[in-house]
Amino acid sequence: MTMQQRTNSPSRTGRLSRRGFLAGAGAAAGAFSFGFSFPLPVRAVAQAAVKEVNAWVVIQPDDTVIIRIARAEMGQGSLTGLAQLVAEELECDWDKVRFELVEPGENRRRDRVWRDQSTGGSRAIRGSQEYVRMGGAAARSMLVQAAAQGWGVPAGQCTVAKGVITHQASGRSTTYGAVAEVANGIAPPTGITLKDPKDWTIAGQPAKRLDTLDKLDGSLVYGMDIAMPGMLVAIPKACPVHGGKLKSFDAAAVSGMRGVKHVLRVDDETVAVVADTFWRAKTALDALPIEWDNGPNANVSSETIAEMLREGLSAETEYVGNRAGDAKGALARSSRVIEADYGFPYQNHAPMEVINATVLWTPERCEMWGPTQVAEAALTALATAAGLPVENCEVHVKRIGGSFGRRLTTEYVTMATLIAKQVPGTPVKMMWTREEDMVQGRYHPVTQCRLRGSLDADGNLDALHMRISGQSIMAYMRPSIMTANGDPVTFQGLMPDGAEMAIGYTIPNLLIDHAMRNPHIRPGAWRGVNLNQNAVYLECFIDEMAQAANVDPLVFRRKLMANHPKHLAVLEAAAKGIGWETTKPPEGVHRGLAQVMGFGSYVAAAAEVSVSAGRLKIHRIVAATDPGYVVNPQQVEAQIAGSFVYGLSAMLYGECTVKDGRIEQENFDTYNVMRLDEMPVVEVITVPSGGFWGGVGEPTIAVAAPAVLNAVFAATGKRVRNLPLKNIDLGTS
Amino acid sequence: MAKLNINGKVVEVDVEEDTPLLWVIREHVGLTGTKYGCGVAQCGACTVHLDGVATRSCALPLSAVTEENRIVTIEGLGAETPHPVQQVWAELDVAQCGYCQVGMIMAASSLLAQNPSPSDDDIRAEITNICRCGTYPRVLAGVKLAAERMTNRG
Repeated sequence: MTMQQRTNSPSRTGRLSRRGFLAGAGAAAGAFSFGFSFPLPVRAVAQAAVKEVNAWVVIQPDDTVIIRIARAEMGQGSLTGLAQLVAEELECDWDKVRFELVEPGENRRRDRVWRDQSTGGSRAIRGSQEYVRMGGAAARSMLVQAAAQGWGVPAGQCTVAKGVITHQASGRSTTYGAVAEVANGIAPPTGITLKDPKDWTIAGQPAKRLDTLDKLDGSLVYGMDIAMPGMLVAIPKACPVHGGKLKSFDAAAVSGMRGVKHVLRVDDETVAVVADTFWRAKTALDALPIEWDNGPNANVSSETIAEMLREGLSAETEYVGNRAGDAKGALARSSRVIEADYGFPYQNHAPMEVINATVLWTPERCEMWGPTQVAEAALTALATAAGLPVENCEVHVKRIGGSFGRRLTTEYVTMATLIAKQVPGTPVKMMWTREEDMVQGRYHPVTQCRLRGSLDADGNLDALHMRISGQSIMAYMRPSIMTANGDPVTFQGLMPDGAEMAIGYTIPNLLIDHAMRNPHIRPGAWRGVNLNQNAVYLECFIDEMAQAANVDPLVFRRKLMANHPKHLAVLEAAAKGIGWETTKPPEGVHRGLAQVMGFGSYVAAAAEVSVSAGRLKIHRIVAATDPGYVVNPQQVEAQIAGSFVYGLSAMLYGECTVKDGRIEQENFDTYNVMRLDEMPVVEVITVPSGGFWGGVGEPTIAVAAPAVLNAVFAATGKRVRNLPLKNIDLGTS
Repeated sequence: MAKLNINGKVVEVDVEEDTPLLWVIREHVGLTGTKYGCGVAQCGACTVHLDGVATRSCALPLSAVTEENRIVTIEGLGAETPHPVQQVWAELDVAQCGYCQVGMIMAASSLLAQNPSPSDDDIRAEITNICRCGTYPRVLAGVKLAAERMTNRG
């Protein structure tokens, strides 16, 4: 295996150079600076005017292979995984692979040859693996055909290794770069057979990311870093009570301040200051007298929301997501019923790169530069707000400084466009402050859950009723997928069956239902979506039932999981990894388990924690994942380790509270997140069983909190049923 | 007009003196490697070296800095050859989205300048930058490996 040698070669790591500084200096002069040395700048590729082999593959005369990536890259690493899948079938030299991001206008002009660009639901790889591999295989076939035609030999007599085509019989060889232009004119093959993953040599390997080096010397231009000649900066402020209106503002009070160019009404609820720099715009916005009409939600608080949800816990109307037997009857008849209420608060995505978009509007044309997870929807939003035909618009996608689902909506594209439209011919970079980002988020929804379970005479779980009460994401975000009864996405991880989100237990009498209660706070898809709270509710309560039955939590689960071998396999792997049945934890250290299926993958975690003088320390996590196939093991490892940071940040600290109708937390000083000092050791076990393609970016987040909370119970005897943990005193047990 | 010494060059800027150094560096000097994350010195994305010490530039007004202070940004850190921290970051594929990593690298390189052989606990205590992607395990491994490299070289 040469991967290690290759990735450590000086040609890769030695590219960090003074040029990084020069790129920054270029930005200083107002140049539009893209990446500088590696990977190849996107624009430079387009300008090179090298004919593509096909939509996915461009090969330059020097044998550089450019692979087109249609899905957003926001740190999850799918850019590299997708390139590996194309390169695997292409059989090119991985060392020569670069990437280029696809723009949605181009996708539209070419009849969506790159298909869906939406990047959410852990679908970037599993949702496109087949057609990107087909793209690589087709390009290979066309390149070989081109060489064979030139030699006058049958293509079937030619072989390929690392981008070199050889005709053994005549002793001739050539490279992809030499025949790429001819290949462009060759008809794509039909009847492609993809490689068996067990024969992979590029995919399945721990390749380094293709997009790293410009992140390390500051030369990567994120949306926040865009600079253009004459560009202005806009900072908006929307009514802090969602759904409230902008009544009035006194532009004259700030219009004389240095650098201020415009004070604008953006829409019914938003005002913006446009200035020559961020700080001058912010200073003026802070000084701007604004009157809001807070509307009907001005008195809503976390307490009133909790009351609204509590009512739903026992309401008659319900939307059933999973039913077997007669749970209500069995519970009514049982003499061993356990009941508990849980709750999960609002969370902000809080990506490091705040919301931004740069838009240039003219009466003829409108363009946006910036981050989005939904490039095609962003283009539609841009054109709509611009009042221009979509043909006259383009979205220039940027690599994203974290997103976690926040940029699945496009309201900020609309906002930036409405601002730029009022400053025709001038590029306007709309940047939110962290404070605006925190109070105008698209929040992880708030829910509560009442669980009632009963044990039969043998201590088995014979009935479970799980009533979820709370907010639907899709009712706000995608009403088109709502059914007549409710939001089917509510039941992630709890569905009776299917390849996406199935429950891992067989319970004779089961009822899982939802009472939708939608407060005015705007919800969104937060990494892991509804799997997060559902896994806390179910996995912590299963632990409660095991405790009531006086049975080990692993043994208790096994009995319910006989019909769910894939769920059970990852649970067993995590348990084995932590030594659940084989080694005692160190003195004072206690263990907890959790498992769930989500986004097509099976995941489990085992945690070791200690609680001393009320202080929780998370020592070690063992995580097991079966995503079907692993395209890049070291990236999967990074996603899974990172999932614990995201999931445990929410468990420890994450909580957006509501007072006077508005979100109270405005920055990281009140919305704390996990730092390095609290990071446990995370051991990642992948057990890819093949035959299906699951996602990796999200599912593991959902087991982080319940595994730790179950360990906290083992350590303290306390059931933590409402997050975050910062509100709970673990000191006295 | 204020004078600043950034990456070994003296630059003149015409900026209100309450402007945070971060925005002077990004918008007036044009070096955008230093990032805005919070504006309240919580996240560390804006970390630069001020006379060799990791400093959060988003909450430091221009008035607090003079031409005598040596400011080094990410663009100046590996200006001649990549800093060992940058080298190691590439080798271990530390970055995910990368947005916080310039601040991480500035914090790590400052830590190693002051403490060439930090313990795990030293690193955990000193690197307080926020990463939402969750690169912490590789950050920890990266600082240790860079320390090893720099010590052996020295």
